[in-house]
Amino acid sequence: MSSIVENFDLYAPRLVDKEEYFSAGHRACQGCGEALAIRLMCKALGKDTVIINATGCMEVISSLYPTTAWRLPWIHVAFPNAAAVGSGVEAGLKVLRRKGRIADRDVKTVCIGGDGGTVDIGFQALSGAMERGHDLLYVCFDNEAYMNTGIQRSGATPFGASTTTDPAGSASFGKKAWKKNVPEIMVAHNVPYVATACHSYPLDFMNKVKKAAKVKGPSYIHCLSVCPTGWRLPPEQCIKAGRLAVQTGIFPLYEVEDGRYRITVEMPEKLRPVEDYLKIQGRFRHLIEEDIKIFQERVIQEYNKLLEKIRSLHSWSELKG
Amino acid sequence: MTEKKGPETWQEVNLGCMVLSPGNASEYHTGSWRDRKPVLDTAKCIKCGICYIFCPEGCIVQNESGYFEADMNYCKGCGICAHECWPGAITMVEEG
Amino acid sequence: MTKRAGMEIAFAAAEAVALCKPEVVAAYPITPNTHIPEHLSDIVADGRINAEFICVESEHSALSACCGASAAGARAFTATSSQGLLFMGEVMPIVSAMRLPVIMAIGNRALSGPINIWNDHSDIMSQRDTGWISLFASNGQEVVDMMIQAFKIGEHRDVLLPVNINLDGFQLTHVVEPILFPEQDEVDQFLPEYKPYATIHPDKPVSMGTLGMPEIFNEAMKAKDMALINSKKVILEIWKEWKEQFGREYAPVTTYKTEGARVLLLTVGSMDETAEVAIDELRERKVPVGLVRLKLWRPFPSEEIRKAVKGAKVLAVMDRAVSCGGAAGPVCAEVKSALYGEQDCPAIVNYIIGLGGRDVTVDDFITIAEKAAKAEKEKPKEAYEIYGVRGS
Repeated sequence: MSSIVENFDLYAPRLVDKEEYFSAGHRACQGCGEALAIRLMCKALGKDTVIINATGCMEVISSLYPTTAWRLPWIHVAFPNAAAVGSGVEAGLKVLRRKGRIADRDVKTVCIGGDGGTVDIGFQALSGAMERGHDLLYVCFDNEAYMNTGIQRSGATPFGASTTTDPAGSASFGKKAWKKNVPEIMVAHNVPYVATACHSYPLDFMNKVKKAAKVKGPSYIHCLSVCPTGWRLPPEQCIKAGRLAVQTGIFPLYEVEDGRYRITVEMPEKLRPVEDYLKIQGRFRHLIEEDIKIFQERVIQEYNKLLEKIRSLHSWSELKG
Repeated sequence: MTEKKGPETWQEVNLGCMVLSPGNASEYHTGSWRDRKPVLDTAKCIKCGICYIFCPEGCIVQNESGYFEADMNYCKGCGICAHECWPGAITMVEEG
Repeated sequence: MTKRAGMEIAFAAAEAVALCKPEVVAAYPITPNTHIPEHLSDIVADGRINAEFICVESEHSALSACCGASAAGARAFTATSSQGLLFMGEVMPIVSAMRLPVIMAIGNRALSGPINIWNDHSDIMSQRDTGWISLFASNGQEVVDMMIQAFKIGEHRDVLLPVNINLDGFQLTHVVEPILFPEQDEVDQFLPEYKPYATIHPDKPVSMGTLGMPEIFNEAMKAKDMALINSKKVILEIWKEWKEQFGREYAPVTTYKTEGARVLLLTVGSMDETAEVAIDELRERKVPVGLVRLKLWRPFPSEEIRKAVKGAKVLAVMDRAVSCGGAAGPVCAEVKSALYGEQDCPAIVNYIIGLGGRDVTVDDFITIAEKAAKAEKEKPKEAYEIYGVRGS
């Protein structure tokens, strides 16, 4: 949609639902991309939603007893179990509706977690819930480290990033492993709708949330959330950083419907060099030319893998006898 | 059930530390956090709503004239609105 | 009309749970409790109850899913043992703090190291402080009765706490006993539909599981502690109702042939019945011994313990778990605390028995009673003895 009319993104925001389900007064840092992403997600979901939140930045900044920033029903239990609690909520609501003990209308179960609570400690519960096929949407708000506890390395931390448990030093350049590709793992779980998103492309993100919420089964969105505090950049560059992540091909925005891949935003003809993205962030400041070259090559390779999937993979629904 | 401010006796703590008033975090004014504030030049503003969309606090509201203005009770002064404003209608100004 | 059936106790537990019409069952198999979720899944698959059975991928997820279901307003149940209980350990204090009446059956099994699938109480003893109401069953009838009572106790508006029912792994779970089952309409009369205090539903949004700063944490814990302490009143009321409706009597502490006893044995769980036979034999020989059975573990019935042991000279407390390096076994430590400062407190000796499923026989209890009798005159050298261990 955003490719049809140039600058359409600039004008459509006025048409977005004005209701704020995530109230101001929350304790997120200045310029927090994740808080913005949560706010946008809630607008896309509307009021018939139950949120299950893993421990992490968003849970902590939004639910300081006796206050809550949530205008939606919300529950937090522990760190690794958003998807498991969500499975229980989904099953509970299903039975209660069947028995006529609650109103007979759709209420969507939405689990949210940071990269810690999704990619690492929460991975088992996510895998189990997706495999069982619960009617729930899982949104991972990925700020690429365990930010709430002080910027520690996670499976989603990008190659070469310096974190407090895998820092750059004279004997190390930071994270040596490539970012864990959870969206791909979700596709391998046969999740019917999987998408990547970023708050810097708000309408794309909200449309994906709406689409995912309509799925009668599991769906997964991986939302890159810029953390100015942890990524070490000025808060006002939050949106710009997200945009660069997409335009360099480091975090392409795509969706996978029944196994069929599609890029959802207009990408530049030639991907921007990764250096444009890396140089504005303190967490990559230590990288030398050699490291950046490795990074660039791998990004191109991963992006080409994605393009190949877009080209060659069919929707599973076409494969039915 | 009204939410109480300040220390409560153990008998007054909500069951399971539940919060029964949705969105009452809005009682806490994060505006005290900032050291610079956004100033809107209505001459340049095209009322596109981009600032409203990108505000992490969700504190930018459209007034009767249609201009989007930040609520100073909550604005943390992050500067995203000024940075993203396409016509450059918003400037961040140091606050005393 | 109540019907009588001979059934493996684990299956009976599942049948009892089914009578309570749970709405979400989320469980992970672990020996020796597996038959409970297995039989429940049969019941669900046959449409005998209108429920969702979630085959979760771990015990941590089992209790988490029950948490979610209960918060949504559904009646939730899970079952586990040993390592499974430890794995859900992170969620245990959270369920009680959130005041969600999740019900759990625990087929007591030894905690690993070395791995052992047989009966002891080390699993439940590791969860003492988590704020759950905890009951021990001694036989199949008690398992069935307590399972049904658990839902009513937990869901009571003045309680709203999770409840676990402990049944010895293999010693009870895999044993076939004749059991009286209440009819569905009798249970419906006893146990009304679950009416939650609040639920996470858009019709009335609330936030559950908030962050408690130091300014509020003490008060929140006091509130939870008081809820557990005050639940005893409700438990006694519900037991009174149970007696009226079904004729079977329950109490936090029960006694057996304690009149004029100089030596008392205190047992927990299925060992009660073996000890009873030993008491009978000793009484035949005119030995003044009696038995105290601990049924309610949390909230700990200090008052009832004090009352039950009055007049005895020696109290031999059986523990089926070791508190390594501790001052006494878990049950003994609590009993000693309850009796501390009491006038004419009996001498207390502590025997750790039957670890990892080692059989405890009638003869063992007779030997223990005889050894304990010596403590009236001579204080034992050690605070506790692991009874029957080979090597000095």
